[in-house]
Amino acid sequence: METTDAQIMVAETKFYSTPPGEDFLLESGLTLKDLRIAYETYGKLNAERSNAVLLCHALSGDAHAAGYHKGDKKPGWWDPMVGPGKAFDTDKYYVICSNIIGGCKGSSGPNSINPSNGKPYGLSFPIVSVGDMVNAQKKLIEFLGIERLLCVSGGSMGGMQALDWAVRYPDIVESCIPVATTYKHSAQQIAFNEVGRQAIMADPAWNSGDYYGGEIPSRGLSVARMVGHITYMSSESMDQKFGRMIKEEKLGYGFTTEFEVEGYLRYRGDSFVKRFDANSYLYITKAMDHFDLQKDGKLYDVFKASRSRFLVITFSSDWLYPPVQLKEVVKALKMNGIDVTYCEISSNYGHDAFLLEFEVESKLIKFFLEKTFQKAGR
Amino acid sequence: MAVKKKKDLRLDHKVIGDMVDRGSMVLDMGCGEGDLLEYLVRNKGVKGSGVEINEDAIYMCVEKGLSVSHGDIDSGLADYPDKLFDYIIFNQTMQQVKKPRLAITEALRIGKKVIIGFPNFCHINARMQFFFMGHVPVTTNLPYEWYDTPNLHFLSVKDFERFSRKEGITVEKRVFISRDRLVGFMPNLLASDAIFQISK
Repeated sequence: METTDAQIMVAETKFYSTPPGEDFLLESGLTLKDLRIAYETYGKLNAERSNAVLLCHALSGDAHAAGYHKGDKKPGWWDPMVGPGKAFDTDKYYVICSNIIGGCKGSSGPNSINPSNGKPYGLSFPIVSVGDMVNAQKKLIEFLGIERLLCVSGGSMGGMQALDWAVRYPDIVESCIPVATTYKHSAQQIAFNEVGRQAIMADPAWNSGDYYGGEIPSRGLSVARMVGHITYMSSESMDQKFGRMIKEEKLGYGFTTEFEVEGYLRYRGDSFVKRFDANSYLYITKAMDHFDLQKDGKLYDVFKASRSRFLVITFSSDWLYPPVQLKEVVKALKMNGIDVTYCEISSNYGHDAFLLEFEVESKLIKFFLEKTFQKAGR
Repeated sequence: MAVKKKKDLRLDHKVIGDMVDRGSMVLDMGCGEGDLLEYLVRNKGVKGSGVEINEDAIYMCVEKGLSVSHGDIDSGLADYPDKLFDYIIFNQTMQQVKKPRLAITEALRIGKKVIIGFPNFCHINARMQFFFMGHVPVTTNLPYEWYDTPNLHFLSVKDFERFSRKEGITVEKRVFISRDRLVGFMPNLLASDAIFQISK
């Protein structure tokens, strides 16, 4: 990473691979050979190695959290939050973000090459969990020489990883900032994911996941993304953005794209197909659905061993990950006497708010991190 | 509302600070922008956290480095285990709680001691307005008109003492304030604010 005089951070994706022949053990008991992780870093690791912050991305995100890739016009997915003087201040902290395993942006996933036969894995890629994503990130930070993380943070599925980190590695995680997420997927959350998966699998081009090198299941993946986008917005934000606006002068008598909202969803679906792999969509949504920190026990017991400070953030109009789910986490933390700050940010943007309400998120995260850094004895 | 809004040390904060043991665990119910908590952290080395309903006040607390939870007092107390805290503080917030009796019972469950600061509704200024002017008092301490007050309950020093006796609550300390002075004589008439430390 370098900072140009215009304060534009130039970012570059790097890769880490486990030593050849080494098996990466998954929660399912299956193993993955030649694990590869795409990652980016911003800022500098200090001499004490005490300023590392790990950011975890959501379903369709990637390792490119901030700055600009050379020649790109769009910055990383959390760019307004990461950089010199920003909430995740790269003048102070060493910020790391990696692509999850099962993803399609450089880390091992169904579109990577299976070393045993030289062909893309497709459905022969093993099922992965949120815990596996976390364990892969742990491999990466060990490789980077980091023993403790000042903070793990992320929104949506990134927040699941952050919570999983705090529970799985309580002695490594100094602080945890889960945003707009949950500790387990509810029936409704699983249901929306299943509609997306069915749309992909109903596309003849999907061909049981074996489509690499041929026609891709773009219709199916596009519909899956359209369903997703509906759940990311609130009814108010959709009304504000589109209302009943139509694209032509008047309504027609057919099934063409008439309403602005239809056009928007189709555009979103079509552009997603160009940058995302349908099989990855299946694997990642399954990992989210399987995510359940509580299992059959009490949520209170889940956080018994936790040593981290927590900043928990929800958004008032988020109906996909409603505040009530993280409030249960906050209660479990309090019952354990754990240091927690909770804020429900009032916003109209629905679930998307975690990628839009930068100003308010920054206010909370910036000072919370500073305090954590101070407490950790910089 | 509250005693006196000024930048320098508020007398009620000093009084509460004198009640609280150094290094203790404190929960401030309705902590606002965190001024009292910040004072207690800085001067008494407490491990403090707060509960606050106002979103903008939460941002101010976090900016001060405080741990605070967004929520209301009535439902917020149930989230904590028995005797986690040394002190639960309600400073100028008890009169806004929906169910004060339940809140105090819950506070005595999660805290070893409870500190309650409230405006004395039977202060002489209020009584004068009642008696001579025939309207519900609007004073420095109770600055709200009846139609837009956040206060749900109105109590006096005497009322609180009576409540404590009835509930078997021990009053450990009581301090009375009139504006920026301590009051030792006829508090139910002369004190604009009262601060009680109770336990059970």
